[in-house]
Amino acid sequence: MKRFFLSTVTLLALWAMASFFAMPTAVQAKTIKVGAILAESGGASFLGGPEARTIKMLADKINAAGGINGDTIELIIKDSGGNPEKAISFAKQLIEEDKVLAILGPSTSGETMNIKKICEDGKTILLSCAAAEVIVNPVGKYVFKTPQKDSYAVKKIYMEMNKMGISKIAVLAGNTGFGKAGKEQLEALAPEFGIQILAAEVYDKAATDLSAVIAKISANNDIQAVVNWSIVPAQAIVAKNIRQAGWNVPIFQSHGFGNIKYVEAAGVAAEGIIFPAGRLLVADTLPDDNPQKKVLTQYRDEYEAKFHEPASTFGGHGYDAIMILVEAIKNAGSTDPEKVRDAIENLKGFDGTGGIFNFSPEDHNGLDIDSFAMLTVKDGKFALYNK
Amino acid sequence: MTSQLFIQYLFAGITYGSIYAIVAIGFNIIYNTTGIINFAQGEFVMLGGMIAISLHTILPLPLAIGLAVITTMIIGALIEIIFIRWLKNPSVLRMIIITIGLSILIREAALHIWGEGVRSLPYFNGNEISTIRIMGTNISPQVLWVIGVCAVIVALLSLFFKFTSLGQEMRACAANRLAATLCGISTKNMVTLSFMLSAGIGALAGCVVSPITYTQYDGGTPLAIKGFTVAVLGGLGNSMAAVIAGLLLGIIESFSVSVVPLAFQDAISIAILLTILFVRPHGLFGSKEAAGLKEF
Repeated sequence: MKRFFLSTVTLLALWAMASFFAMPTAVQAKTIKVGAILAESGGASFLGGPEARTIKMLADKINAAGGINGDTIELIIKDSGGNPEKAISFAKQLIEEDKVLAILGPSTSGETMNIKKICEDGKTILLSCAAAEVIVNPVGKYVFKTPQKDSYAVKKIYMEMNKMGISKIAVLAGNTGFGKAGKEQLEALAPEFGIQILAAEVYDKAATDLSAVIAKISANNDIQAVVNWSIVPAQAIVAKNIRQAGWNVPIFQSHGFGNIKYVEAAGVAAEGIIFPAGRLLVADTLPDDNPQKKVLTQYRDEYEAKFHEPASTFGGHGYDAIMILVEAIKNAGSTDPEKVRDAIENLKGFDGTGGIFNFSPEDHNGLDIDSFAMLTVKDGKFALYNK
Repeated sequence: MTSQLFIQYLFAGITYGSIYAIVAIGFNIIYNTTGIINFAQGEFVMLGGMIAISLHTILPLPLAIGLAVITTMIIGALIEIIFIRWLKNPSVLRMIIITIGLSILIREAALHIWGEGVRSLPYFNGNEISTIRIMGTNISPQVLWVIGVCAVIVALLSLFFKFTSLGQEMRACAANRLAATLCGISTKNMVTLSFMLSAGIGALAGCVVSPITYTQYDGGTPLAIKGFTVAVLGGLGNSMAAVIAGLLLGIIESFSVSVVPLAFQDAISIAILLTILFVRPHGLFGSKEAAGLKEF
C-alpha cells in the first residue's frame, strides 16, 4: 500500500512538473504544420531530392528569422519514392492525423493526380511540384501547382520548330505520368503548328539502353527532329544512343531536362539539345533589369553554398511552392485554411523561380508562356538558345 | 527490314544479352554451391559500378575497376560470413528472404553513401558520341567492351572450373555436398568463395556497363530480374546455357521493338519467364531428371 502511495505521489509530481514546464510554450506563438510529399528516393529522386532540400532550407531560414507573423513552420516531409500508392497513404495521414494546413508536392504528376481528390475532399491546400497540365485543368478548389504547364512547353518547342522549318518529327516518352501527359499534349497540339508526328514510342522509366528503338525510328528518313519527353535518366540515354547511331538529328527535350546532372551524364552527346525551361539555369546571363534575376541568383547561391551541388529548376519548384504558401499566409494574416486558400488564389505578381505568378480562380498555375525560355547545351553548360 | 537495320538490332540485342548473361552467371555460381538464388546479385553489379566511379576520382580507370572488383568481392565474402555461414541447414525460403533483405539493405546503404543521382564511368575508348562502323552500322566501342568482357569471363570460368583444383572442388560441392564433405572439401569455404566469385563478376559487369546504362543506387533490381529470367531460361546452374539464353532474350527483346511498341519490351521478357516456368521449369538446356533431384 505504501509503495502504491509513493508511486502515485511521484507520478503526480512528475505530471505537475511536466505541465509546469509545458505551460510557457503552450501560450507562445503557434506552429504552422506544413506537410510535404516528395520523391526523395527512387527514380524521381532527382526531382524530390532538390525539392526536399530546398523546402527544408527555406523553412529553417524562415523560422530562424522569427517565422511568419511570429508563427514557426513545422515541416513534415514524407518520402514517397515516387510511388503513387505511398503518396495516397501519406496524403491521408497528413490530412487526417497531422491535420496540416497545406501539402507541398508531390514531385511527380502521377502521384499528384492520385491525391488530387483526397486533398479536395479533405479541404487541404495542395501545392504540387509536378508539371502535367491535368493537375490544374480542370481546376480543383484546393489544388495549385508551381511548375510551368506542359502545354506551354510543347507550344514553345513547336514554335521553335516552325522557325527552323521542321515539320516531321518522332516522339519518345517515358511511361510516367509526366511522359504520358506530355505525349498527349504533343499529339494534340501538333496540327495547330502544322507538325506531323511520324513515330511515337513509349519506353519504360527504368530503361537503360534505347539503341534498338533509335534504330527503328532513324530508319525513317523523313524524320527531321526527335522530341523526348521524360524525367528519368533515359533523357541522357536517348541523346547518347542517337549520336552513337551516327544520327545527326536535332534533339528536343522537355522541361524535365533542367538538371545539369543529365548534361554531365550525356557528356558530349548533350551538346546542342534544345529544351524549354525556367530562367534559373541561365540566371547569370539575364539582363540586370529582369525582375526575376534577384530571386533566381539569390536562391541559386544559397542552395549551392549549402548543398555543394548545382541548383536545378526542380528545387526551384519547391522554392516556389513554399514561398507562395508563406506569402499567402502573410497576406491572409491568418492560418485558417480557407483564408490562406483564398489568398493564394488572389496572389498576383509574385516573383518565383519559375516566373511571375498571377493566380486567379480559373488559373491555379499562374504562369504564362513567357515563363519559359528556350535553352540549349553549349560546352557542357546551359545557355540561352537564340538563332 | 534492311540489312543495316537488321545488324543494328542484332548488336543492340547482343549488348543487352551479354549484360543479362553476366548477371545470370553470377546467379548460377551461387546456385550451384548453395542451391539458393541470391537476390542481391543485382546489387553487386550496382556496387561494382559505384565503387569504381568513386575510386576513379583519384585513381586511373583500370586500377579503379580492379580495386572496385576486389572491394565488392570482400563485401560478398563478408555478407556470406555474417549472414549465411552460421545457418545450420537453412530452408530455401529462409535463404531467399535473407538475400532479399540484403538487397534492400545494400540499396539503402548505397542511397545514403552516393545519393540518388545517376553516375557513370567514362567510356573506356572515345566518348559518348564516338562510334565504330561495322557492316554499315554504327556501334559504340563500349558495346564491344561489354561483349568482349562477357566472352572473357565465360572462357576463364570454364577453364577455372575444369582445370584448377579449386574449381573442381567447387564443382564437387555443386554435384553432391555430402560426398564433397566426405572427401575433405570444406563446403563452407566453397560457399564463401562462390559468393566472392559472383560478387566479383557482378562488379566487373557493373563497371563495363556503367557508361552505357549509368549506375544508380536502385539500378541493380531490374538487372537482377532480367538476369534471373535468363538463368531460368537457360536452366539454373548452367553458365554456358545462361550465355546462350541471355543472347537469345536480348535479341528477342531488340527485334520485338520492330514489330510491337517499345513499351511491351519488358512484358515480352516477363512473358518468356512465365512460359518457361510453366512449360519447361528446368530451362531450355537443363535436364528434367536432374532438376527433379534439386531442392529448388
